[in-house]
Parts: sequence; structure tokens; C-alpha cells
Amino acid sequence: MSTFWSCWIVVLTLTNLVLLFWILMANRRRAVVANENDTGEAKTTGHVYDGIEEYDNPLPKWWFGLFLATFIFTAGYLVAYPGLGLWKGMLGWTSHNQLEGEQTKAQATYDSTFGEFAKTPIDQLAKNPEAMKMGSRLFLNNCAVCHGSDAGGFFGFPNLTDKDWLYGGSPERIKETITLGRQALMPAWGPIIGEANVSNVVEFVLKRAGKEHDEAKAALGETVFSTNCAACHGADGKGNQQVGAPNLTDDVWLYGAATPEELPAVLRQTVRNGRGGVMPTHAQTLKAERIHLLAAYVYSLSLDDAK
Amino acid sequence: MSATEIRYINLYESEEKVYNRRITGFFQRLRRYVSAPLMLGFLLMPWLVIDGRPAMLFDLPARQFNILWVTFSPQDGVYLAWLLIISAFLLFTVTVMVGRVWCGFTCPQTIWTQMFMWAEFLCEGDRNKRIKLDSQKWSAEKFFRKAAKHGIWIAISLVTALTFVGYFTPIRDLVAGMFTFELDITAVFWILFFTGATYGNAGFMREQVCKYMCPYARFQAVMYDQDTLAVWYNKERGEKRGPRKMTEDYKAQGLGDCIDCSWCVQVCPVNIDIREGLQAECIDCGLCIDACDSVMEKMNYPLGLISFTTEGAVDKKKVKIMRPRVLGYGFLLLIMVGTFVYSLATRMPLLVEVIRDRGTQMYRITDGNVSNVYNLKLENLDRKTHVYDVSVSGNYEFEIQGYKAPPVTEGEIINLPVRVVTKRSELKGEKNTITFKVVARENPEVVVSRSTTFIGPSK
Repeated sequence: MSTFWSCWIVVLTLTNLVLLFWILMANRRRAVVANENDTGEAKTTGHVYDGIEEYDNPLPKWWFGLFLATFIFTAGYLVAYPGLGLWKGMLGWTSHNQLEGEQTKAQATYDSTFGEFAKTPIDQLAKNPEAMKMGSRLFLNNCAVCHGSDAGGFFGFPNLTDKDWLYGGSPERIKETITLGRQALMPAWGPIIGEANVSNVVEFVLKRAGKEHDEAKAALGETVFSTNCAACHGADGKGNQQVGAPNLTDDVWLYGAATPEELPAVLRQTVRNGRGGVMPTHAQTLKAERIHLLAAYVYSLSLDDAK
Repeated sequence: MSATEIRYINLYESEEKVYNRRITGFFQRLRRYVSAPLMLGFLLMPWLVIDGRPAMLFDLPARQFNILWVTFSPQDGVYLAWLLIISAFLLFTVTVMVGRVWCGFTCPQTIWTQMFMWAEFLCEGDRNKRIKLDSQKWSAEKFFRKAAKHGIWIAISLVTALTFVGYFTPIRDLVAGMFTFELDITAVFWILFFTGATYGNAGFMREQVCKYMCPYARFQAVMYDQDTLAVWYNKERGEKRGPRKMTEDYKAQGLGDCIDCSWCVQVCPVNIDIREGLQAECIDCGLCIDACDSVMEKMNYPLGLISFTTEGAVDKKKVKIMRPRVLGYGFLLLIMVGTFVYSLATRMPLLVEVIRDRGTQMYRITDGNVSNVYNLKLENLDRKTHVYDVSVSGNYEFEIQGYKAPPVTEGEIINLPVRVVTKRSELKGEKNTITFKVVARENPEVVVSRSTTFIGPSK
């Protein structure tokens, strides 16, 4: 606020107050010229409607008292709080520090709750219904946007309720995933192994996953797989949770197809062009004890007797 | 013009103190019979327990409002609105028919004022004694009498305040906390506030509230008509008023039945002279009738010089009870009460909200299935724990996945994420309507349906 507007407000407010106070005080008594014709009858305001007149009776004194009390309150308020332009007020109140105070208070309340949970190991916490209810709220606020409210995942976003884990489903691994995030990279193999081998290796993967496949192509694909893919996905194709390489034999597809018939085409695209997945790190956005609770919630989703 | 002099009028006038004469009679007793059960109800209600809950508790922090057998949530505010509208119309109807009897017989301001007056009478005596006492210099007796009066007033105010605050916070803790000095500052503040408010209102403000503050007093006049029952002075019979000797024939002197004893004014809690006709300040309490009747009795005159009657009757017109106004208000009242009772009886103790996930992807297609994820919010407003079954219906075969029904305790809100799946080959359009139906497992009458959209692929 510029000095001009500050002055404007100060002058306007104070002038109004003084004016109102003057009106109040100046009207306490009114001089009347009494004459012999004055019968002492109550005066009327002169308003007449349907023959009904309005008395011009004095206000009760407590009414006047209330006005005075309002003025005193106003004066006190304007001294204590920032009501006059740039005046900061004696109490030092601002909407900003009120918000901060309330946030600190809320943090303190929740920190004690979360603190209790943080001391409990994840596998035990996952069986605490009260904790899981709070966990579900955290999940809805932080994770549901990608993984869905039901944690069932979407195309490219893993399902957290099955027991299929890219980076491992132990409480520690889940917590690590949430805290640090994950960077997944499946390189584009098309330019390296050529389109024919892309097709072959996909037939081999389909064979290992127990799907319909071309036996001859799969046989050719096996060599391609062991030279190029086994390093990450393992010789048996069961994946490697250390590097986040998915298990290719369980018929769970992160980049799945709309229909079973379309699956080979989707897989060929994956091999040809590669895939990049990002799970963002939450270390900066969520406090450690909240991540702990969240990890317990995610862990609970894959427990058989969850809830 | 003759000689003039300057006078001053105070525009803010201190009100003259009203010294009420104490009176007994039919209407005074009637008020006692009407107000005693109301008082008792007010005092006992917060202590009552129904279904293991306070019968009347407006739990603001928990946002639960226990009223007798029902627990209301803030979403039920519409019932409160209806109740207020009904109360207003009830007041209108009553006012049209029998005037301002609410004020005279049931209004807390009147009842508390009467209680305070009783204490005043007990400690300082009746009207004349009080006037004398107030004009006396301070003495030990005066101090003692005044102290006793204010002591009783404060005691009544404190009980009132405690009871009132007891409607908002469990009263047992409140009373216990008061004796152990463990009340939190908010409770202490409100108890003191309402003690002060009661003390001020019933002790000092009294008729000022009825005359200047009460909104009802402002508009009750428009509801009166000539067939409205109100306190009327029979002018024809009473005038000309004046004192007389019992032995002489007053009628020969041109006097009416009114002996001008001014008792009717002395007993009036708002200090009006009813003989001047119906006045806006009159609260229809009937005290002047009691006073006048007792005088008439002594004088051996017929009773009812001042009585509850109508303007029409005073003017010797035919009294019409059923008039368009009464019928109109009555009819509206009947409809509103009916609607209110019906909606309350069919009130569903379950709130359901369905929110479709609007995340990275609206839907997922796998293995020929299309799925949408929804987040169901269920709030159990019943006083029992329920398990809710959720089913879904629509134009196609929809199936719910991932639904585990947990028990929902009373007043609890839970999030239930569910995935709804259908065959892609069946799904025709991009936007489809599906309906969730939530049923309480043990009580199939508790059922709520919510429709929402199911998004499919765009071809």
C-alpha cells in the first residue's frame, strides 16, 4: 500500500469515527422553546400513514451506552490490530502469521500421530486399521493421480495390488521407491537388432509367458533374448528387481494391450522403441514419517488379509 | 407569542425503573403451569441419555447434532431451516388467533424475568416496600436484602448458563469440571458470558428487551385483526373512571366500574396502561386481568373489566374464529409439518458421494475390458455400525473389482476405491451412465443410488 492510500484510509476512517462520535454527543440534548401552548404531549415525527402517527420518543440510555461501548471497542481494535492504513497494530497480528501459527499447530498435532506410526514397523503398521485409514488418505492425495484410487494402475503405471513388483515388494523396497523414486529405462532395440529380430524376440517372450506364439520365430528369438535381454531380464526372463526389469513370464504387462490379439503388436513396439518410466521422488514433498505410513499402506494392499 | 423559555430534552433517556406489584390469579397460575414443564425440560434435557447418547447435544467440534433419537450432520441443515420456517408460521398462526400469548406465557425473557421478580419479592418485599427500600440510605438491612437478591439472581443465571452450555458440550463433564477447576477457557468464557447475559436480561433489561430488541415485537402488529384475542379494557363499562365510596351509588355520579386504582399498571411487566387501548408493548400476559379481577371482586362488581377478548367483541361485532388468514396460515402449516415429518421419517442415514478418478488416464483397456476407477465416499449417519454392499448397473454388464466392504462405524466417513469393468466390445459410446447402489447389509431399507459417467474409448 502506498503512503497516499494509507493516508487516505487513515483520514477516511478517523474522520468518520469523529463525525459519528460528534453526531452522537451533539444529539444528547435538544433545546426546545417552550410556550404556553406546549401541553407536554409527546411529539410525533410527522409521519402519518392510515392515520397512525409515529412518536418521536427519546432513545433509551442503554442504547447510547452501547454506542459509546462500540466507540471504545473501535479505538482499542484500531490500536491493537492493523486497521489503519500501514499501521501494524500493537499485537503484531497479520493474516500470514495467523496461518503460520495454525499450520504449526496442525503439524504438531499430526506429527505426534505420525510419530507414533513411524515407530511401528511397516508390516505391523499395515495391520493397524486406524493407520491404514490415514494411509489411504495420503495415498488418495499423493499417489492416486497415477496409480488410481484403487491402486490398480493404468497403462504404464504399475498395479500395486497384485503381487507383481518391479523393484521388490518388501516394506523396505517400497519405502525406498516412494522416497527416492525410480527411473526405469528399457532401451530401444529396433535400431540395434533389426525389425526381424524384434518380431522373433517378442514371439519368444510370448512363449515364455504362456501365450499363443509362432514356434519357429520363438526359437530364433531365444538367441536374441540371451544376447541382448538376459542381462536385465535374466536368462529365464523372470526379471531383476534390483534394476526394475519386469518379469516377462507372468502375463502381467505394464504396457498391456487392449485385447489379447493386440498384445504382440504392443510388445513389438516396446522392444522396438523402448520404454521410459518415472516414479518421482517424494523425499522433498513428504515428510519421512508420512512416507513410512504410505509405504505401510501400499504394502497392505498386497497382503491377503488386508483390512 | 407569550414569554418563552429554553428547555432541554434528553434524546437518550434513562428508563424509569418499573416496580411491579405482585399479583396472584388465574393467568399468573396459568403461566406457572405452562412454564414449569418448559423450564424442567430445559434443565433436564442435557442430562437425558437416549441410545447411549445425550438426548440433546449440539457437538460442534464433531459436527454431530444429537436430537432425541436422531443424529444430524451438517448436511441435514435443511431440516433446521424447515423447522425454523415451521416455527415462524406456527408463531404467525398463533398470533393471528390468540395474539402475543407466546410472549406472555412461554417466552424465556418473560419466564426468567418472572423468576427474578420472585427473588426480588422474596428479598425486598412487594412494590411499596421496594420503592421505599430504594429511596432509603444504605444500611445493613438494605445491603443484606440487595445482596441476597443479587445472590439468587446470579445463582439462577449460573444454572441457566451451565445448562445452556450443556447443550453444546457434555454437561456431566462440564459440571464435574466446574468443581475440579478443570474447565477449558472456552467453556469458562461461555458460562460467564451466558451468566452475565441472563443476569443482565432478566435482572435489568427486562421489558426493554420486549420493547426495543425483540424482532417479534416489531412485526406482530401486522398480524392482528379485529378477531384476534388480546387483552382489552372494556372502556364502555369502565369509564368514566374515578375513586368512589362503597356506600354511594357511583353510577349516579356518572362513574364507570373502573375505580382508577392503577393496579393494572402496577402489575404490568412492560409498564403500560392497558386502559389506553391495545398497545404494541403489550405481551398479553394477563397480569392486569388478574389484578383488575381481584379489585372487582373486592368491590363486588362483575369480573372481566379487563379481559382476553377481541376488538370485534369489544365493538359488539360477531366474532369470527375461522377467517381467511387463520385458514391460510393453518393450511400452509399443515402442508409444511406434513412435508417435514415425511422427509424426516424417510431420511436416509447414509451419504454417498461418487468421484471418478481424473488422473493420468481416465480409463484403462486391457484384455478386451474397459475399466474406470471411482472413489466412493460413504458417511454413516446411523447410530449403528453398518457394512455396505455396493452394486453397479447401467446399459451394459458392469462389474465391480477390488471392493472390500469394511464395517463403517456411526458417524464415520470412509473412502472406498472401486474399479468398474465392462467388456469393450459391448461398450458403444464414449460417455455412459452408470448407477451405484449402496445398501446396508443388515438393513436393506438404507439404500442410496448415485449416477455418474463411465468413460469409454472414443470409437
